[in-house]
Amino acid sequence: MPLDIDKLLSTPAELTDNSTAKCPVVLMTRIRLARNLSTHCFPGRADDGERKEIFNRCREAIMATSSMKRGMSVAVDELAPLQRQVLVERHLISRELSAAKSGAGAAINKDQSVSVMINEEDHLRIQVLRNGFQLKRTWTAINALDTALESSLDYAFSPRLGYVTACPTNLGTGMRASAMMHLPALVIAGQMEKVVRAVNQLGMVVRGLFGEGSDASGSMFQISNQTTLGESEPDIVKRLHNVLQSIVDHELNARAKLLETDPAKLPDKIGRAYGILKHGHVISSSEAMNLLSLVRLGVDLGYLPDEYRTVVDRLFIEAQPGHILHRADKPKLESDERDRLRADLLRSEFANFPTPGYPTAGNN
Amino acid sequence: MASPLKCDLCDNPATVHLTQIVNHKVHKVDLCESCAQAKGVTDPSGFSLADLLLKASLNPEPTAPAGLRCEHCGYAPDDFKKSGRFGCPQCYETFTDLLEPMLDNMHKGTAHTGKIPERALQRKQLHDRLHELESELQSAIKAERYEDAAKFRDEIVQVRQEAGLSTAS
Ligand SMILES: [Zn+2]
Ligand SMILES: [Zn+2]
Repeated sequence: MPLDIDKLLSTPAELTDNSTAKCPVVLMTRIRLARNLSTHCFPGRADDGERKEIFNRCREAIMATSSMKRGMSVAVDELAPLQRQVLVERHLISRELSAAKSGAGAAINKDQSVSVMINEEDHLRIQVLRNGFQLKRTWTAINALDTALESSLDYAFSPRLGYVTACPTNLGTGMRASAMMHLPALVIAGQMEKVVRAVNQLGMVVRGLFGEGSDASGSMFQISNQTTLGESEPDIVKRLHNVLQSIVDHELNARAKLLETDPAKLPDKIGRAYGILKHGHVISSSEAMNLLSLVRLGVDLGYLPDEYRTVVDRLFIEAQPGHILHRADKPKLESDERDRLRADLLRSEFANFPTPGYPTAGNN
Repeated sequence: MASPLKCDLCDNPATVHLTQIVNHKVHKVDLCESCAQAKGVTDPSGFSLADLLLKASLNPEPTAPAGLRCEHCGYAPDDFKKSGRFGCPQCYETFTDLLEPMLDNMHKGTAHTGKIPERALQRKQLHDRLHELESELQSAIKAERYEDAAKFRDEIVQVRQEAGLSTAS
Protein backbone atom coordinates (compact mmCIF):
# COMPACT_ATOMS: atom_id res chain seq x y z
CA MET A 1 0.00 0.00 0.00
CA PRO A 2 1.52 3.37 -0.96
CA LEU A 3 2.01 5.84 1.82
CA ASP A 4 -0.78 8.36 2.20
CA ILE A 5 0.80 11.22 4.14
CA ASP A 6 -2.45 13.08 4.70
CA LYS A 7 -3.99 10.00 6.20
CA LEU A 8 -0.94 9.43 8.34
CA LEU A 9 -1.05 13.00 9.64
CA SER A 10 -4.75 12.86 10.44
CA THR A 11 -4.61 9.51 12.25
CA PRO A 12 -4.21 9.68 16.04
CA ALA A 13 -0.57 8.93 16.83
CA GLU A 14 1.36 7.86 19.90
CA LEU A 15 3.43 11.03 20.01
CA THR A 16 0.80 13.62 19.19
CA ASP A 17 -2.44 12.35 20.68
CA ASN A 18 -1.65 10.58 23.93
CA SER A 19 -1.25 12.53 27.08
CA THR A 20 1.09 11.22 29.72
CA ALA A 21 1.18 13.42 32.75
CA LYS A 22 2.85 10.93 35.08
CA CYS A 23 6.36 12.05 34.33
CA PRO A 24 6.20 15.17 32.18
CA VAL A 25 9.98 15.64 32.11
CA VAL A 26 10.37 12.67 29.76
CA LEU A 27 8.60 13.37 26.47
CA MET A 28 9.26 10.17 24.69
CA THR A 29 10.96 6.82 25.13
CA ARG A 30 12.44 5.06 22.15
CA ILE A 31 14.28 1.81 21.57
CA ARG A 32 15.78 0.63 18.33
CA LEU A 33 17.35 -2.68 17.42
CA ALA A 34 19.80 -3.17 14.56
CA ARG A 35 19.39 -6.51 12.79
CA ASN A 36 20.82 -8.09 9.64
CA LEU A 37 20.14 -11.10 7.50
CA SER A 38 22.93 -13.65 7.70
CA THR A 39 23.03 -14.31 3.98
CA HIS A 40 23.43 -10.83 2.51
CA CYS A 41 25.92 -7.99 2.32
CA PHE A 42 25.16 -5.02 4.55
CA PRO A 43 23.17 -2.27 2.78
CA GLY A 44 26.26 -0.10 2.31
CA ARG A 45 27.92 -2.88 0.33
CA ALA A 46 24.97 -4.53 -1.42
CA ASP A 47 24.25 -3.58 -5.02
CA ASP A 48 20.84 -2.45 -6.25
CA GLY A 49 19.61 -5.94 -7.03
CA GLU A 50 20.59 -7.33 -3.65
CA ARG A 51 19.11 -4.31 -1.87
CA LYS A 52 15.78 -4.85 -3.64
CA GLU A 53 15.83 -8.52 -2.69
CA ILE A 54 16.53 -7.64 0.95
CA PHE A 55 13.80 -5.02 0.88
CA ASN A 56 11.16 -7.38 -0.46
CA ARG A 57 12.03 -10.16 1.94
CA CYS A 58 12.11 -7.95 4.99
CA ARG A 59 8.98 -6.06 4.03
CA GLU A 60 7.03 -9.28 3.66
CA ALA A 61 8.19 -10.55 7.05
CA ILE A 62 7.47 -7.25 8.80
CA MET A 63 4.01 -6.76 7.33
CA ALA A 64 3.05 -10.28 8.45
CA THR A 65 3.60 -9.46 12.14
CA SER A 66 0.69 -8.53 14.37
CA SER A 67 2.36 -5.19 15.17
CA MET A 68 1.83 -4.12 11.58
CA LYS A 69 -1.85 -4.88 11.30
CA ARG A 70 -3.38 -1.99 9.35
CA GLY A 71 0.06 -0.47 9.02
CA MET A 72 1.71 0.65 5.82
CA SER A 73 5.01 0.23 4.11
CA VAL A 74 6.78 2.52 1.74
CA ALA A 75 9.84 2.60 -0.47
CA VAL A 76 11.82 5.80 0.01
CA ASP A 77 12.22 6.43 -3.71
CA GLU A 78 8.43 6.59 -4.06
CA LEU A 79 8.32 9.55 -1.69
CA ALA A 80 8.67 13.22 -2.54
CA PRO A 81 11.42 15.03 -0.58
CA LEU A 82 8.83 16.86 1.50
CA GLN A 83 7.08 13.63 2.45
CA ARG A 84 10.40 12.21 3.61
CA GLN A 85 11.01 15.29 5.70
CA VAL A 86 7.62 14.93 7.38
CA LEU A 87 8.47 11.34 8.31
CA VAL A 88 11.85 12.41 9.70
CA GLU A 89 10.20 15.12 11.79
CA ARG A 90 7.82 12.53 13.22
CA HIS A 91 10.80 10.30 14.17
CA LEU A 92 9.52 7.57 11.84
CA ILE A 93 12.54 7.42 9.57
CA SER A 94 16.09 8.68 9.99
CA ARG A 95 17.77 11.39 7.97
CA GLU A 96 20.10 8.72 6.65
CA LEU A 97 17.25 6.59 5.35
CA SER A 98 15.54 9.60 3.79
CA ALA A 99 18.68 10.13 1.70
CA ALA A 100 19.08 6.47 0.80
CA LYS A 101 19.28 5.08 -2.69
CA SER A 102 16.99 2.45 -4.13
CA GLY A 103 15.77 -0.50 -2.11
CA ALA A 104 15.31 1.46 1.10
CA GLY A 105 12.06 1.93 2.90
CA ALA A 106 10.08 1.59 6.07
CA ALA A 107 7.05 -0.09 7.55
CA ILE A 108 5.00 2.03 9.92
CA ASN A 109 2.17 0.81 12.11
CA LYS A 110 -1.19 2.49 12.48
CA ASP A 111 -0.50 4.67 15.52
CA GLN A 112 3.10 5.39 14.42
CA SER A 113 4.59 3.83 17.53
CA VAL A 114 6.40 1.18 15.50
CA SER A 115 8.60 1.83 12.52
CA VAL A 116 10.95 -0.65 10.89
CA MET A 117 13.47 0.82 8.51
CA ILE A 118 14.83 -1.44 5.79
CA ASN A 119 18.28 -0.99 4.26
CA GLU A 120 19.35 1.89 6.41
CA GLU A 121 22.83 1.24 7.79
CA ASP A 122 21.67 -2.26 8.71
CA HIS A 123 19.12 -4.43 6.91
CA LEU A 124 16.65 -3.75 9.69
CA ARG A 125 16.36 -0.94 12.16
CA ILE A 126 13.40 -1.82 14.34
CA GLN A 127 12.05 1.07 16.37
CA VAL A 128 9.35 1.32 18.98
CA LEU A 129 8.54 4.63 20.61
CA ARG A 130 6.20 5.56 23.42
CA ASN A 131 5.00 8.80 24.80
CA GLY A 132 6.45 9.59 28.24
CA PHE A 133 8.78 7.60 30.47
CA GLN A 134 8.08 3.96 29.58
CA LEU A 135 11.38 2.22 29.00
CA LYS A 136 10.36 -1.20 30.27
CA ARG A 137 7.10 -1.28 28.32
CA THR A 138 8.93 -0.17 25.22
CA TRP A 139 11.46 -2.97 25.67
CA THR A 140 8.69 -5.55 26.10
CA ALA A 141 7.02 -4.38 22.89
CA ILE A 142 10.13 -4.29 20.75
CA ASN A 143 11.38 -7.60 22.14
CA ALA A 144 8.14 -9.27 21.06
CA LEU A 145 8.30 -7.74 17.58
CA ASP A 146 11.92 -8.80 17.20
CA THR A 147 11.09 -12.35 18.23
CA ALA A 148 8.23 -12.45 15.74
CA LEU A 149 10.53 -11.28 12.94
CA GLU A 150 13.18 -13.79 13.87
CA SER A 151 10.73 -16.62 13.32
CA SER A 152 10.83 -15.93 9.59
CA LEU A 153 14.14 -14.14 9.02
CA ASP A 154 17.59 -15.63 9.60
CA TYR A 155 19.44 -13.01 11.56
CA ALA A 156 23.20 -12.67 11.42
CA PHE A 157 24.25 -13.66 14.92
CA SER A 158 27.48 -14.73 16.54
CA PRO A 159 27.39 -16.45 19.91
CA ARG A 160 30.29 -14.31 21.08
CA LEU A 161 29.63 -10.97 19.35
CA GLY A 162 25.85 -11.12 19.46
CA TYR A 163 23.81 -9.51 16.70
CA VAL A 164 26.20 -8.70 13.90
CA THR A 165 25.86 -5.12 12.62
CA ALA A 166 27.43 -3.07 9.85
CA CYS A 167 29.19 -0.84 12.37
CA PRO A 168 31.02 -2.53 15.25
CA THR A 169 29.74 0.15 17.62
CA ASN A 170 26.33 -1.57 17.48
CA LEU A 171 27.53 -5.14 18.03
CA GLY A 172 26.04 -7.30 20.74
CA THR A 173 22.48 -6.28 21.54
CA GLY A 174 22.28 -3.89 18.59
CA MET A 175 20.15 -1.88 20.95
CA ARG A 176 19.99 1.84 21.41
CA ALA A 177 17.53 2.83 24.12
CA SER A 178 16.84 6.50 24.57
CA ALA A 179 14.59 9.08 26.08
CA MET A 180 13.81 12.60 24.94
CA MET A 181 13.95 14.79 28.00
CA HIS A 182 12.67 18.31 28.54
CA LEU A 183 15.09 20.07 30.89
CA PRO A 184 14.36 23.80 30.83
CA ALA A 185 15.21 24.49 34.46
CA LEU A 186 18.61 22.79 34.22
CA VAL A 187 19.30 24.89 31.12
CA ILE A 188 18.15 28.14 32.74
CA ALA A 189 20.18 27.36 35.86
CA GLY A 190 23.27 26.65 33.73
CA GLN A 191 23.65 23.10 35.03
CA MET A 192 23.49 21.14 31.79
CA GLU A 193 27.23 20.85 31.36
CA LYS A 194 27.50 19.26 34.77
CA VAL A 195 24.69 16.85 33.93
CA VAL A 196 26.30 15.89 30.63
CA ARG A 197 29.57 15.12 32.35
CA ALA A 198 27.89 13.01 35.01
CA VAL A 199 25.81 11.12 32.45
CA ASN A 200 28.93 10.42 30.36
CA GLN A 201 30.65 9.00 33.42
CA LEU A 202 27.80 6.53 33.68
CA GLY A 203 28.31 5.35 30.11
CA MET A 204 25.35 7.19 28.61
CA VAL A 205 25.33 9.79 25.87
CA VAL A 206 23.54 13.14 25.84
CA ARG A 207 22.57 14.63 22.52
CA GLY A 208 21.23 18.10 22.17
CA LEU A 209 22.40 21.62 21.74
CA PHE A 210 23.84 23.27 24.77
CA GLY A 211 26.04 26.24 24.08
CA GLU A 212 26.63 29.02 26.56
CA GLY A 213 23.44 30.96 27.08
CA SER A 214 21.96 29.90 23.78
CA ASP A 215 19.24 27.33 23.68
CA ALA A 216 18.13 26.68 20.16
CA SER A 217 16.30 23.42 20.69
CA GLY A 218 13.68 23.99 23.33
CA SER A 219 15.78 22.42 26.10
CA MET A 220 15.28 18.98 24.60
CA PHE A 221 17.95 16.38 25.18
CA GLN A 222 18.17 12.81 24.07
CA ILE A 223 19.88 10.47 26.50
CA SER A 224 20.87 6.99 25.36
CA ASN A 225 23.15 4.07 26.09
CA GLN A 226 26.60 4.32 24.59
CA THR A 227 27.69 0.68 24.49
CA THR A 228 25.89 -2.38 23.18
CA LEU A 229 28.24 -5.30 23.83
CA GLY A 230 28.87 -6.91 27.20
CA GLU A 231 25.61 -6.07 28.90
CA SER A 232 22.16 -7.63 28.49
CA GLU A 233 19.19 -5.66 27.21
CA PRO A 234 17.32 -5.65 30.54
CA ASP A 235 20.49 -4.47 32.30
CA ILE A 236 20.96 -1.63 29.82
CA VAL A 237 17.32 -0.68 30.23
CA LYS A 238 17.58 -0.75 34.00
CA ARG A 239 20.75 1.32 34.08
CA LEU A 240 19.34 3.88 31.67
CA HIS A 241 16.14 4.01 33.69
CA ASN A 242 18.10 4.89 36.83
CA VAL A 243 20.10 7.58 35.05
CA LEU A 244 16.94 9.09 33.60
CA GLN A 245 15.19 9.02 36.96
CA SER A 246 18.03 10.89 38.57
CA ILE A 247 18.01 13.53 35.82
CA VAL A 248 14.26 13.92 36.32
CA ASP A 249 14.90 14.54 40.03
CA HIS A 250 17.58 17.11 39.23
CA GLU A 251 15.28 18.92 36.82
CA LEU A 252 12.45 19.04 39.35
CA ASN A 253 14.84 20.29 42.04
CA ALA A 254 16.16 22.96 39.70
CA ARG A 255 12.59 24.12 39.05
CA ALA A 256 11.80 24.32 42.75
CA LYS A 257 14.99 26.21 43.40
CA LEU A 258 14.36 28.73 40.63
CA LEU A 259 10.88 29.41 41.97
CA GLU A 260 12.26 29.86 45.44
CA THR A 261 15.23 32.10 44.73
CA ASP A 262 13.66 34.23 42.01
CA PRO A 263 9.88 33.75 42.18
CA ALA A 264 9.10 36.07 39.26
CA LYS A 265 11.64 34.66 36.81
CA LEU A 266 9.83 31.57 35.55
CA PRO A 267 6.32 33.08 35.49
CA ASP A 268 7.77 36.03 33.56
CA LYS A 269 9.50 33.83 30.98
CA ILE A 270 6.46 31.60 30.61
CA GLY A 271 4.04 34.52 30.37
CA ARG A 272 6.10 36.19 27.68
CA ALA A 273 6.37 32.96 25.69
CA TYR A 274 2.62 32.53 25.93
CA GLY A 275 2.10 36.08 24.71
CA ILE A 276 4.30 35.66 21.64
CA LEU A 277 2.74 32.33 20.71
CA LYS A 278 -0.75 33.80 21.06
CA HIS A 279 -0.03 37.07 19.27
CA GLY A 280 3.15 36.74 17.25
CA HIS A 281 3.15 36.95 13.45
CA VAL A 282 6.64 35.81 12.50
CA ILE A 283 8.14 32.87 14.39
CA SER A 284 11.16 30.85 13.33
CA SER A 285 11.44 27.14 13.93
CA SER A 286 13.95 27.43 16.76
CA GLU A 287 12.06 30.30 18.40
CA ALA A 288 8.91 28.19 18.32
CA MET A 289 10.77 25.35 20.04
CA ASN A 290 11.95 27.63 22.81
CA LEU A 291 8.56 29.28 23.33
CA LEU A 292 6.70 25.97 23.34
CA SER A 293 9.26 24.62 25.78
CA LEU A 294 8.46 27.41 28.22
CA VAL A 295 4.71 26.95 27.86
CA ARG A 296 5.18 23.24 28.48
CA LEU A 297 7.03 24.15 31.66
CA GLY A 298 4.05 26.35 32.50
CA VAL A 299 1.76 23.32 32.21
CA ASP A 300 4.08 21.30 34.45
CA LEU A 301 4.01 24.08 37.05
CA GLY A 302 0.21 24.14 37.03
CA TYR A 303 -0.22 27.50 35.29
CA LEU A 304 -2.22 25.76 32.56
CA PRO A 305 -4.39 22.62 32.73
CA ASP A 306 -2.61 19.30 32.17
CA GLU A 307 -4.33 18.46 28.89
CA TYR A 308 -2.53 21.33 27.14
CA ARG A 309 0.75 19.46 27.47
CA THR A 310 -0.47 17.12 24.74
CA VAL A 311 -1.28 20.09 22.50
CA VAL A 312 2.19 21.54 23.07
CA ASP A 313 3.83 18.18 22.31
CA ARG A 314 1.87 17.95 19.06
CA LEU A 315 2.93 21.50 18.13
CA PHE A 316 6.60 20.62 18.72
CA ILE A 317 6.17 18.29 15.76
CA GLU A 318 3.75 20.33 13.66
CA ALA A 319 5.76 23.56 13.89
CA GLN A 320 8.76 21.99 12.18
CA PRO A 321 9.58 23.18 8.65
CA GLY A 322 8.43 20.06 6.76
CA HIS A 323 5.09 20.00 8.52
CA ILE A 324 4.55 23.72 7.85
CA LEU A 325 5.30 23.27 4.13
CA HIS A 326 3.08 20.24 3.91
CA ARG A 327 0.23 22.11 5.58
CA ALA A 328 0.65 24.95 3.09
CA ASP A 329 0.75 22.39 0.30
CA LYS A 330 3.94 23.96 -1.06
CA PRO A 331 7.15 22.05 -1.74
CA LYS A 332 9.19 25.16 -0.99
CA LEU A 333 8.69 28.55 0.60
CA GLU A 334 10.94 31.48 1.48
CA SER A 335 11.85 31.23 5.12
CA ASP A 336 10.10 34.46 6.10
CA GLU A 337 6.86 33.21 4.59
CA ARG A 338 7.30 29.91 6.40
CA ASP A 339 7.82 31.82 9.65
CA ARG A 340 4.57 33.70 9.03
CA LEU A 341 2.66 30.48 8.37
CA ARG A 342 4.15 28.96 11.51
CA ALA A 343 3.01 31.95 13.55
CA ASP A 344 -0.47 31.65 11.98
CA LEU A 345 -0.68 28.01 13.06
CA LEU A 346 0.50 28.80 16.58
CA ARG A 347 -1.86 31.80 16.93
CA SER A 348 -4.84 29.74 15.91
CA GLU A 349 -3.91 26.93 18.31
CA PHE A 350 -3.23 29.33 21.18
CA ALA A 351 -6.53 31.11 20.62
CA ASN A 352 -8.03 28.06 22.31
CA PHE A 353 -5.68 28.13 25.30
CA PRO A 354 -6.94 29.52 28.61
CA THR A 355 -5.03 32.39 30.22
CA PRO A 356 -2.35 31.01 32.53
CA GLY A 357 -3.15 31.21 36.21
CA TYR A 358 -0.05 32.03 38.22
CA PRO A 359 -0.16 30.82 41.79
CA THR A 360 0.66 33.42 44.41
CA ALA A 361 3.96 33.22 46.27
CA GLY A 362 4.42 30.26 48.56
CA ASN A 363 1.79 28.28 46.73
CA ASN A 364 3.73 25.73 44.72
CA MET B 1 51.15 29.86 21.85
CA ALA B 2 49.84 26.36 21.28
CA SER B 3 48.92 25.60 17.71
CA PRO B 4 45.18 25.07 17.20
CA LEU B 5 43.95 21.49 17.40
CA LYS B 6 43.37 19.72 14.13
CA CYS B 7 40.12 18.04 13.18
CA ASP B 8 40.21 14.27 13.76
CA LEU B 9 38.60 13.57 10.42
CA CYS B 10 40.39 16.04 8.17
CA ASP B 11 43.22 18.53 8.56
CA ASN B 12 41.23 21.70 9.17
CA PRO B 13 41.47 23.49 12.52
CA ALA B 14 39.06 21.98 15.04
CA THR B 15 36.44 24.22 16.58
CA VAL B 16 34.11 21.60 18.09
CA HIS B 17 35.47 19.60 21.00
CA LEU B 18 33.73 16.64 22.55
CA THR B 19 34.67 14.50 25.48
CA GLN B 20 33.25 11.09 26.11
CA ILE B 21 34.04 8.60 28.82
CA VAL B 22 33.69 4.91 28.00
CA ASN B 23 34.81 2.28 30.46
CA HIS B 24 36.47 4.94 32.61
CA LYS B 25 38.62 5.92 29.67
CA VAL B 26 38.42 9.46 28.41
CA HIS B 27 38.03 9.88 24.67
CA LYS B 28 38.42 13.27 23.10
CA VAL B 29 37.14 14.15 19.69
CA ASP B 30 38.04 17.40 17.97
CA LEU B 31 36.23 18.41 14.83
CA CYS B 32 36.16 21.25 12.37
CA GLU B 33 32.92 23.07 11.69
CA SER B 34 32.11 21.20 8.49
CA CYS B 35 32.92 17.72 9.79
CA ALA B 36 30.82 18.47 12.88
CA GLN B 37 28.00 19.43 10.55
CA ALA B 38 28.51 16.37 8.36
CA LYS B 39 28.59 14.05 11.37
CA GLY B 40 25.34 15.54 12.63
CA VAL B 41 26.81 16.97 15.83
CA THR B 42 24.43 19.88 15.37
CA ASP B 43 21.52 17.54 14.75
CA PRO B 44 20.48 15.90 18.01
CA SER B 45 18.70 13.03 16.30
CA GLY B 46 21.44 11.91 13.98
CA PHE B 47 24.63 12.21 15.92
CA SER B 48 26.62 9.23 17.05
CA LEU B 49 29.72 9.93 19.08
CA ALA B 50 30.38 6.20 19.06
CA ASP B 51 30.94 6.57 15.37
CA LEU B 52 33.63 9.15 15.90
CA LEU B 53 35.21 7.09 18.63
CA LEU B 54 35.50 4.30 16.14
CA LYS B 55 37.65 6.51 13.93
CA ALA B 56 39.68 7.63 16.90
CA SER B 57 40.29 4.06 18.05
CA LEU B 58 41.63 3.12 14.62
CA ASN B 59 44.81 5.02 15.50
CA PRO B 60 47.42 3.70 15.70
CA GLU B 61 46.68 1.75 12.57
CA PRO B 62 45.87 -1.84 13.37
CA THR B 63 47.93 -4.31 11.43
CA ALA B 64 46.18 -6.55 8.97
CA PRO B 65 47.87 -8.94 6.55
CA ALA B 66 48.30 -7.28 3.18
CA GLY B 67 45.92 -8.46 0.52
CA LEU B 68 43.39 -9.80 3.02
CA ARG B 69 39.90 -9.70 1.58
CA CYS B 70 36.49 -10.92 2.73
CA GLU B 71 35.55 -13.91 0.61
CA HIS B 72 31.89 -13.11 0.64
CA CYS B 73 31.81 -9.37 -0.07
CA GLY B 74 35.33 -8.56 -1.22
CA TYR B 75 35.96 -5.97 1.48
CA ALA B 76 39.57 -5.14 2.32
CA PRO B 77 40.81 -3.53 5.56
CA ASP B 78 41.07 -0.19 3.76
CA ASP B 79 37.36 -0.26 2.96
CA PHE B 80 36.64 -0.67 6.64
CA LYS B 81 38.99 2.10 7.66
CA LYS B 82 37.44 4.47 5.17
CA SER B 83 33.82 3.84 6.07
CA GLY B 84 33.97 2.51 9.61
CA ARG B 85 31.56 -0.20 8.41
CA PHE B 86 32.03 -3.81 7.46
CA GLY B 87 30.69 -5.16 4.17
CA CYS B 88 28.87 -8.27 5.32
CA PRO B 89 28.44 -10.49 8.40
CA GLN B 90 31.31 -12.72 7.30
CA CYS B 91 33.71 -9.77 7.49
CA TYR B 92 33.62 -10.20 11.25
CA GLU B 93 35.37 -13.52 10.90
CA THR B 94 37.73 -12.37 8.16
CA PHE B 95 38.86 -9.24 10.01
CA THR B 96 38.75 -10.50 13.55
CA ASP B 97 42.35 -9.34 14.20
CA LEU B 98 41.38 -5.85 13.14
CA LEU B 99 38.28 -5.84 15.31
CA GLU B 100 39.51 -7.29 18.58
CA PRO B 101 41.68 -4.38 19.77
CA MET B 102 38.82 -1.96 19.11
CA LEU B 103 36.12 -3.74 21.05
CA ASP B 104 37.61 -3.03 24.44
CA ASN B 105 37.69 0.71 23.78
CA MET B 106 34.27 0.77 22.31
CA HIS B 107 32.16 -1.39 24.58
CA LYS B 108 31.56 -2.39 28.13
CA GLY B 109 32.68 -5.96 27.47
CA THR B 110 33.90 -8.08 24.61
CA ALA B 111 31.30 -10.87 24.76
CA HIS B 112 27.58 -10.82 24.17
CA THR B 113 25.44 -11.55 27.22
CA GLY B 114 22.07 -10.50 25.86
CA LYS B 115 19.23 -11.87 23.78
CA ILE B 116 19.71 -14.87 21.51
CA PRO B 117 17.62 -15.44 18.37
CA GLU B 118 16.55 -18.94 19.45
CA ARG B 119 14.41 -19.86 16.50
CA ALA B 120 16.89 -18.67 13.90
CA LEU B 121 19.68 -20.59 15.60
CA GLN B 122 17.52 -23.69 15.86
CA ARG B 123 16.78 -23.45 12.15
CA LYS B 124 20.47 -23.10 11.42
CA GLN B 125 21.32 -26.14 13.53
CA LEU B 126 18.69 -28.22 11.75
CA HIS B 127 19.97 -27.13 8.36
CA ASP B 128 23.55 -27.93 9.31
CA ARG B 129 22.48 -31.34 10.61
CA LEU B 130 20.58 -31.95 7.39
CA HIS B 131 23.63 -31.25 5.27
CA GLU B 132 25.65 -33.56 7.45
CA LEU B 133 23.12 -36.38 7.14
CA GLU B 134 22.83 -35.96 3.39
CA SER B 135 26.55 -36.36 2.87
CA GLU B 136 26.62 -39.35 5.23
CA LEU B 137 23.79 -40.87 3.24
CA GLN B 138 25.72 -40.40 0.00
CA SER B 139 28.85 -42.03 1.37
CA ALA B 140 26.82 -44.90 2.87
CA ILE B 141 25.22 -45.56 -0.51
CA LYS B 142 28.61 -45.40 -2.22
CA ALA B 143 30.04 -47.89 0.25
CA GLU B 144 26.96 -50.08 -0.16
CA ARG B 145 26.20 -49.85 3.57
CA TYR B 146 22.48 -50.09 2.93
CA GLU B 147 21.44 -50.56 6.53
CA ASP B 148 23.19 -47.29 7.50
CA ALA B 149 21.72 -45.55 4.45
CA ALA B 150 18.21 -46.49 5.56
CA LYS B 151 18.92 -45.13 9.01
CA PHE B 152 20.20 -41.81 7.60
CA ARG B 153 17.19 -41.59 5.30
CA ASP B 154 14.81 -41.96 8.24
CA GLU B 155 16.68 -39.37 10.22
CA ILE B 156 16.62 -36.96 7.27
CA VAL B 157 12.84 -37.26 7.08
CA GLN B 158 12.64 -36.50 10.79
CA VAL B 159 14.96 -33.46 10.66
CA ARG B 160 13.15 -32.10 7.61
CA GLN B 161 9.89 -32.33 9.51
CA GLU B 162 11.39 -30.53 12.51
CA ALA B 163 12.74 -27.80 10.26
CA GLY B 164 9.32 -27.38 8.67
CA LEU B 165 10.56 -28.46 5.25
CA SER B 166 8.63 -30.71 2.92
CA THR B 167 9.60 -34.33 3.40
CA ALA B 168 9.19 -35.27 -0.26
CA SER B 169 12.59 -35.22 -1.94
ZN1 LIG C 1 37.18 18.20 9.58
ZN1 LIG D 1 32.43 -9.32 3.99
